[in-house]
Amino acid sequence: MTTPDSRRLTPDSVPRLWRMARLDFDRVRQRPVLLYPEGAVLLNDTGAAILELCNGQHTVREIVHILTERYHADVSDDVTEYLAGMAERELVRAG
Amino acid sequence: MPGDIPTTLLAELTHRCPLHCPYCSNPLDLVRAESELSTDDWKRVFTQARGLGVLQLGLSGGEPLLRKDLEEMAAHARSEGLYSTLVTSGLGLTRARAERLKEVGLEHIQISIQDSDPLVAERIAGVRSVKHKQAAAALVRELGFAFTVNVVLHRANLDRLAEIIDLAADLGADRIELANTQYYGWGLRNRSSLMPTRDQVERSREVAEQAIQRYRGRMQITYVLPDYYEPYPKACYGGWGKLYLVVTPNGMVLPCHGATQIDTLQFDNVRDHSLEWIWTQSDAFNAFRGDSWMKEPCRSCPRKAVDFGGCRCQAFALTGDAANTDPVCTLTPLRRIVDAALTQAVEEELEYSYRYIAGEPQQV
Repeated sequence: MTTPDSRRLTPDSVPRLWRMARLDFDRVRQRPVLLYPEGAVLLNDTGAAILELCNGQHTVREIVHILTERYHADVSDDVTEYLAGMAERELVRAG
Repeated sequence: MPGDIPTTLLAELTHRCPLHCPYCSNPLDLVRAESELSTDDWKRVFTQARGLGVLQLGLSGGEPLLRKDLEEMAAHARSEGLYSTLVTSGLGLTRARAERLKEVGLEHIQISIQDSDPLVAERIAGVRSVKHKQAAAALVRELGFAFTVNVVLHRANLDRLAEIIDLAADLGADRIELANTQYYGWGLRNRSSLMPTRDQVERSREVAEQAIQRYRGRMQITYVLPDYYEPYPKACYGGWGKLYLVVTPNGMVLPCHGATQIDTLQFDNVRDHSLEWIWTQSDAFNAFRGDSWMKEPCRSCPRKAVDFGGCRCQAFALTGDAANTDPVCTLTPLRRIVDAALTQAVEEELEYSYRYIAGEPQQV
């Protein structure tokens, strides 16, 4: 196969949500949620903040930078680990 | 348990269908057009479902496109914030209707494929359908819907699993759902003609595993094995009345689409009660919640937290008591019923009883 493995994210990858997935807010559970065919993932606020930035406009490195500024804490490991998990499930793809 | 929040509603908008597949998941006793819920009934149900916590809506049937008000219902579902899937044969999906569905915010379309071999596909469907499905798939791709192909597997198509997966990829599917036939209703009536052999099942497992690797990143493949060949039963939707509910064309609310056959339970109707009352209060939904209803070997079995005793519909269909252990389980002496069916199935010729609505002329 010649296409790169979309599950492997590097700091320079530009992640985007799977084209079939959509972020929403569930007012019943009072939680952000990722919806996709036959499935839903209930998110915490941090997860939602990461996924909102997976819009094809930021590299992983930039997402880490934005969230580090926002939360005044080094979030690089958390972001990398979270995105790796979502990419493994193919809910986030490397652009 | 009170406090369970459902995630998924399957709305069987109609039982009418141009196809006559002998494994249809609709009950033997199909609902006729004049008994179907109105547009306003369905819109009320969708609103109540969202209020109850439902996130995923299946607009299903029969063939949901036979409802002329489908677009209005899909629009309402989207305005309530539901993620909707149209579950269709593809027949009746004209450009005008597909464009309108896109406009009102329908997100995902599932088209059924019967086989990669067009002759066998149409023999199963009981109607000329292959060209219509190809045209429908092309439209779904062109208009940018999320697109799943679903396939029911059985003895007559399981040997072509690789070709079926390749066909779905050629049609441009984002996902393919491959599910072996479940034996309730029509499937049970046709079980001896539909049941694959153990060799077929073993080969298909390898084919599916290889395809999952080959298509990774391009097309998602989910493969559901036939539970008759498994040692333990399947955990139906996380257990009875836990995550899932079905509303039938005439408004009956079920914890599973196979549940109508359980005639020892009284299922309530959205014409008489709110969805919330039915979900939380009704006897039918509470009948098999928790584990106090369980008999041995389930009651003392550690697996009861894994599979909840298996499928209540299957336990009823095969033993006459919905509180029995699912006979697929090798830990119950009831397993002999499933083993006997497996022995019998491979000796039978293929001869299908096609689905049809009682009193209507059969066209197959």
